[in-house]
Amino acid sequence: MNLRKLTGAAVAAVLTLPTVATSAQAYELVIPALEYRTGPYAPNGIPLANAMTDYFTLLNERDGGVEGVKIKLATCETGYNTAKGVECYENIKNTPPSRALMVQPFSTGITYQLIPKSSVDEIPIFSMGYGRTSAANGKVFPWVFNFPATYWSQATALVQYIADQEGGMGNLKGKKIHLVYHNSAYGKEPIRTLESLAAKYGFEYKGLPVDHPGQEQKATWLQIRKERPDWVLMWGWGVMNQVAVKEAASIRFPMNRFIGVWWSGSENDVLPAGDAADGYLSGTFHAAGGDFPLHDAIRKHVYDAGKGSGDRDRIGEVLYNRGLVAAMWQVEAIRNAMKIHGTKEVTPAMVRDGFESLEVSEARLAELGLKGFTYGIKITCENHEGPGRVAVQQWDAKAKKWNMVSKFYEPLRDITGPLIEEDSMAYAKENNVTPRTCS
Amino acid sequence: MFYRENGQFKSSYRADQAIFPIAQDRWFVIAVVLTAFLAVPPFIDQYWANAVILPFLVYALAGLGLNILTGYCGQVSLGTGGFMAVGAYASFKLVGLFPELNFLIVLLLSGFITAGVGMIFGLPSLRIKGFYLAVATLAAQFFLVWMFNKVGWFYDYSPTGMITVRPIEFFGVLVTGPEAGSAAKYLFTLSIVIVMALAAKNIVRGRIGRAWMAIRDMDIAAELIGIRPLMAKLTAFAVSSFYIGVAGALYFSIYLGAVEPVEAFDINRSFYVLFIIIIGGLGSVLGSFLGAAFIVLVPILLKNVMVGGMGMASGTAGHVEILLMGVLIIFFLIVEPHGLARLWQIAKEKLRLWPFPH
Repeated sequence: MNLRKLTGAAVAAVLTLPTVATSAQAYELVIPALEYRTGPYAPNGIPLANAMTDYFTLLNERDGGVEGVKIKLATCETGYNTAKGVECYENIKNTPPSRALMVQPFSTGITYQLIPKSSVDEIPIFSMGYGRTSAANGKVFPWVFNFPATYWSQATALVQYIADQEGGMGNLKGKKIHLVYHNSAYGKEPIRTLESLAAKYGFEYKGLPVDHPGQEQKATWLQIRKERPDWVLMWGWGVMNQVAVKEAASIRFPMNRFIGVWWSGSENDVLPAGDAADGYLSGTFHAAGGDFPLHDAIRKHVYDAGKGSGDRDRIGEVLYNRGLVAAMWQVEAIRNAMKIHGTKEVTPAMVRDGFESLEVSEARLAELGLKGFTYGIKITCENHEGPGRVAVQQWDAKAKKWNMVSKFYEPLRDITGPLIEEDSMAYAKENNVTPRTCS
Repeated sequence: MFYRENGQFKSSYRADQAIFPIAQDRWFVIAVVLTAFLAVPPFIDQYWANAVILPFLVYALAGLGLNILTGYCGQVSLGTGGFMAVGAYASFKLVGLFPELNFLIVLLLSGFITAGVGMIFGLPSLRIKGFYLAVATLAAQFFLVWMFNKVGWFYDYSPTGMITVRPIEFFGVLVTGPEAGSAAKYLFTLSIVIVMALAAKNIVRGRIGRAWMAIRDMDIAAELIGIRPLMAKLTAFAVSSFYIGVAGALYFSIYLGAVEPVEAFDINRSFYVLFIIIIGGLGSVLGSFLGAAFIVLVPILLKNVMVGGMGMASGTAGHVEILLMGVLIIFFLIVEPHGLARLWQIAKEKLRLWPFPH
């Protein structure tokens, strides 16, 4: 009897699948949240997803939405898996009333899948600091935005940091810089840039791939112990980060010569190694810590009201802040879209325009309760990457805090520019895309 | 009551040897095929095509290929992911090198290339059996994925190693790329899968298929009665890899559109297809389809019931889905170790007597 009822419910649910309607009559802003709370990348996916949910809950509770229009969060579990990501996207993209206003896949693999679909479905993709780097060329990729900085800019920034520690770009000659990377599209992103930088500045570059999910790195780190590079960069994600930090500690590699990409610099990556991770460096484009007025607002309006989506004491972790800044820029783009088009009932195409002329200045950050959190950004038609600035932060294992230890480096556009141009033109040729002109 | 062969007399050997000798079976299958071809395309939308039906068809085809090798010929193979990668990359390179080639020819050529690769990796089967052969095919899996990750020529030297399908037209209708219509993609894939399933059914019922089944059941006895193990095993690998290669090419070109070898074709893909045929039924064409339906569609159904119907949080639903799939697999294997195809067969036997039990 129970089985029959369940089957009946299942059949009914399946039949109403693509047409799940909302009961609200008022307009709502549908924001998809492709999250991964299962799978080997869940430790990093959970704080990202929690932060986004908390920010939207805060806006709905405290402000009544964005300019009075409530946000409807459409979550879907992808498990960092491409096929599930596609299924989530197809399921959510036409959710009424506004259709998915943009999509943040939080996975380079899923982003690559969705980039060709974005221009056909007319839904902008916001791949913040990940995804396809050459999408910075807004003329070929009008629907993809990867600000505030891409992987290639970050690679140049990290090399500039290394140069500063070595006493100048000229002192890079003869140094050994190795890259431990996740053997996927994500991990391979910086290779071409690092090879160009190695050719230009004379350091020796070597790439050491680590296969998904990244738990077997003993051989990699034994090789590093043998070859003794001066610096090691890491492009990891999920469990790969923790394992790498632990392995580096076990071969007693100097932590202050080990720099991870901004997706490899979070509390869950360094806490498992304990004190041995002291001094580990990572790239970043925003501050760490939960002491900003926005965090207090989240604690007050969301967690105190019992609507928090994660642990209260994890507010302010690096990846939590990452999720916050992603959500914040998304909402500012929607606000911008409402302003440009003069309507509160924005469509995804309008939000794309909102992204393309987005300007979030430092003053605006202060208004939002994030004074000094990150730098101001300005997006233009040609440059979907924005400023491209990256700083380096360092982990203090005793105080259990991340401290910013460098200035914000400008990207070396003389190196990344031609590479972006070449890659985006190759995409345009392959897919019969005519680059548009930007006035 | 309905399912009787009473009054159905065959008057020629040809009629007796039909694939569906009972008229009710024939009508049922014809009805299903006609519905699939005529009634579905006007109503299909992007979600159903891209997320539900295309993966089902592609995995059914891959399952069919693996069933030929493991179910009919008894050679355990864990190299399915690698062979799907060969098919995918072959189709990618062929379209890049010969853009004017008809897409169907591209798919068939990808299948033939994969058949060649499959035969090479099938050579150890002449010396080793069972689990040891599984390990040898595991070598194929890891080697092929490593090769596609490392050798730049395969992915046209793109900086990230991902390959993306070009928009390809089939007699004027776009079937690949984001602008391809769901109905076009669906009909194209459906036609290929149905034709190949029919071909598979006929092969396994013929001389070659019987040779495979003899090798599977008792290979020394088969050799003694005159079946050449070399020919039988290599043809099994060849035909199976052909099917898996075409499935891989469809998987990349039509279903996903962009793949990277480590995520799309790794060892988990091999296990996935192996589970499809184990749950569906080894040694059965229908079993490949039933297994694919179970393994591909039930998680999506569970997710939609839990998240859409019951309003569960998607993270919780993700965990529960993993749990439920495991429970369902254990349940089905206990209830019927020979798979869903055997359950279907038992159901048909009981239908002959229905409604009179005895």
